Order: sequence, then C-alpha cells, then structure tokens
Amino acid sequence: MSSDPYENLSISTGAVAQPNTSLVNKTGSWRQFRPVIDADACIGCGQCDTYCPDQAAKQVDDQLYGIDLDYCKGCGICAEECPTDAIEMIREDS
Amino acid sequence: MATADSTPGEDTQVMKGTSAVAKGVAAIDPDVISAYPITPQTGVVEKLSEIVADGDIDSEFIKVDSEFNAASTCIGASAAGARAFSATSSQGLKLMSEPLFTAAGHRLPIVMAVANRSLSGPLSIWADHTDCFAERDGGMMQFHAEDVQEAIDHVLLSFKVAEQVNLPALSNFDGFILTHVQEPANIPTEAEVSEFLPPRDPAYTLDPSDPATMGAYARPEHWTEARYEVQAALEDARDVWTDAVEEFDDVFGRDYTEYDGMIDTYRADDAETVIVALGSICGTIRGVIDEMRADGELVGLVRPRVHRPFPAEQLRDALSGAHQVAVLTKENSQGFESALASEIKSALYHAEHQPPMKTYILGMAGRDVTSEDIKAIVADAETATDVMDFSESESWPQLREDIISGGI
Ligand code: SF4
Ligand code: SF4
Repeated sequence: MSSDPYENLSISTGAVAQPNTSLVNKTGSWRQFRPVIDADACIGCGQCDTYCPDQAAKQVDDQLYGIDLDYCKGCGICAEECPTDAIEMIREDS
Repeated sequence: MATADSTPGEDTQVMKGTSAVAKGVAAIDPDVISAYPITPQTGVVEKLSEIVADGDIDSEFIKVDSEFNAASTCIGASAAGARAFSATSSQGLKLMSEPLFTAAGHRLPIVMAVANRSLSGPLSIWADHTDCFAERDGGMMQFHAEDVQEAIDHVLLSFKVAEQVNLPALSNFDGFILTHVQEPANIPTEAEVSEFLPPRDPAYTLDPSDPATMGAYARPEHWTEARYEVQAALEDARDVWTDAVEEFDDVFGRDYTEYDGMIDTYRADDAETVIVALGSICGTIRGVIDEMRADGELVGLVRPRVHRPFPAEQLRDALSGAHQVAVLTKENSQGFESALASEIKSALYHAEHQPPMKTYILGMAGRDVTSEDIKAIVADAETATDVMDFSESESWPQLREDIISGGI
C-alpha cells in the first residue's frame, strides 16, 4: 500500500482511493477552541475517545488520554462527556 | 396505450400502476430494496415488501426510518456491489436529495421509481414535476413515462443504462395519474429480464480483503475532474440508452427506438404547431391532436422520454419544421421561467430554425387538464409569429384570478 493514498486515485469511478485518505487530510485547522487534558484529573476511562466524532482522542498510556490536534475540530463534546471534568476547552488565540 | 404495442394477451394483466411497477421490479429481483412509504408512491414499496415477505424473490428489503436512510442504504449496498432499488415521491425525494447527489458523484447505479408529485408548501399530494426538476442538476439520469407500461419498462432500461455508465437514474411516472390508474400492462418474465439485464459487474466494490476508500475526500485539485466525469458519463449515456432501447425491442418486442429512444412523437412530421410535454398529459394531448387534425389543423406532439441527459439534438431535429412551439409543463423555476422551456430554448440557440415558442404552466399539483384547455393553448400558440416577442412568451392559463391578490 502506497504512503500516499491518493497516488492511484480513480476520479472517473467516483474518487476511489487507497484506504486512509482521512489520515493525510489534516482537518484540525478549522478549530476555534482546543481541548486541553489535565493529566492529574484524567482517570483513563476513554469516554473522550468513545464520543469524539473525529477519533481525535487517543490513549497515551493506561492512565492518560491525549488529543491529536491534527484532526480535532474543537467541538467540545469530549469536554462535555468527561466524567472528571479533566478537559478544558480553551480559545485557540489564547 | 399510447406509446408502445402492448397487445392484451396471455402476459398482459390489468393492474394498478404501483403494483405493476412493483411486479416489474420483482422480475428484476434486485439484491437490495430500501424505501420509505410516501404518497402516491406507497403502493410500490408495499407491494414489494409483500413480494419479498412471501419469499417470491430473494431481494433484501431493508426497512428504514426515512427517505434519507433509504437512499443512504442503497448507496452502501451499491458500493458493496449490489443491484439496489428504491422508490419515492415529492418531499421524500427532497429528503433523498443530499445522498442522491453523493450517489451520482460516487458513480453508483441506483435506480429509483419516482411517483411525481408537487412539493410543499402549501401542502399538496398531487401530481406535477416540481419534485424531479428540483433534482435536475445532480448527475442523475431522468426518464419520463407516459403510461404504466413505460413506467415498468423505464425501470428495466434504467438499470441497463445506469450499470453501464455508473450513474443513478430516476424513473419518473406521474403520481395518481399513473400510480393509481388501472391499465393493462405486460410484466416481464424473469427469463426475459435475465436475457436483457446481465448481473452487475462493478469496477470497484467495498471489499474488506482489498480495502479502498470510495468517494474519497476530493481536494480542490480533484473535484472539478469528478464533476467533469459525471458530465462525460451523462453524454455517454445517450448512446448507451439508444443501444438499450434497441435491445429492449429485440427482447420484449416493445419499440421505443424513435429519435434514438430520446423523444417520442405523434403526428409531428408535418405539424405546423408542435406541442412539447412530458409524461401522462401526452395521452390527452394525443386525443386533442386527432380532433384538431380532423378539422384540418396541423398539430403534433413531441414528448421527451429522456430528460437527463437532455435530448437537445433530437429536439432540434423534431422541431426543425415547426411554425410555432407550445411547451406545456407542470413545473417552473421560481423566479425565472419553466426549466423545460429554458432548456428547449437553449437547445434551439444552436439550431438553424428557431420557431417562436410559448410556454404554458399548467396541471400543477394535480389540477385537471382538459381537452378544452389544450385546444385553447394551441389556438393561443398559433398567434406566436415572432421569436423576438418575449412579452407574452410564458403564461399560466389555469390561473384563478379570483383567489390571488397580485402581490404581498
Ligand atoms: S474537541 Fe471535539 S473533535 Fe476535538 S477531541 Fe474533543 S470531541 Fe474530538
Ligand atoms: S474522558 Fe476525561 S477522564 Fe476519561 S479518558 Fe478522557 S480525559 Fe480522561
């Protein structure tokens, strides 16, 4: 499999590409807020991962989750769902 | 039966339009059927769900909670290689609009029977072409049936062409006028269908053993090309359709080959006044033409069978001797004029002969169109002598002045 999923793109059959086009399209630039996880408060429950519509929340180790800002849209769902209020949404310009 | 030789015989049954279309689809036995009931289409999916529940065909009938999901289910099934069918009408077609544009862009040959109906508001359940014209620009092929037999046959032809050019097709037939009429119709046999419609052979399918992204996120450097390819596929669809109607005649013995299968005409060869119209209204128009011809008036009919791709060349040809053209249409593009009239004018821009044309918007939302209405329109159209006279180029002959205030 090519590292560029668009390498053999077939537009004439309806934009058929290699898998993982979503990985090369870094869509995090649309964000106005970003989630910041308080490592001390995070219990590693994975709720942020379950609810994130972009699968941007990722397990870092047994106890801690992190956010892949290349894909995070800043919607704040993870912060809403986090049972320990470990996630704070902060303005991108601050 | 105006359009094809369907001699009542052993294979011919008198039945309601919705049941007839359902039985035609059952003869195709698509892999997946997913639809949601909406008036006046409901009978099509009710009958199909019954046929599937009785075990008479092998199709997977996937129940869904809305037309959006019916179209989306067909997209998933079609992407996985299935032959997928749906049916809808009016608001249901609007709810499908978003996934249907996607289906065209993803090059998925989903076929849908559309029982044409006006769009809200005000609420109306009755027939006109507001619904299918609203989907005009999405890359779907569009066909218009005049009678029940054509409604069945166009579904078969739609699958045949859709799977060769990889585009979805809307097989339109007028709500109530054709869905709820009882007409003799010939239901194709499975043997005929298997001769006409080979198993689908898609270039790509969703396959876990050979993963691919279908309908990838197209970046600005890709998207124009994707739309160009849909346009090119629609251009190709003309020849594919022409071949399909010829093969259809060989297999089923019904001849739709006039003007490459793109348009159907009635007493148009020597006609001075030519009426252009779509769908079931043409039955009434044929009767009026016979009466007027008996009085020596040279009137004829040109009926586009295919609306997308647009039969521009065939229309230029069929209207090349017309002294006047009257477009009778059950839609308009709000804020300008009838879309059908605009398109015919656009086609004639490239023609040597540009007859004066008048457009008549009528029969909207099920309003009855009588022989007298059509005779009055022909008489009015005959006064059109100057193609440059725009002032009177469009009228709403059935408008009730008594219930409008003429403004806000
Ligand atoms: S802000 Fe939204 S997109 Fe970003 S990680 Fe949280 S849930 Fe996902
Ligand atoms: S939801 Fe909150 S506590 Fe749970 S893993 Fe995510 S950040 Fe940690």
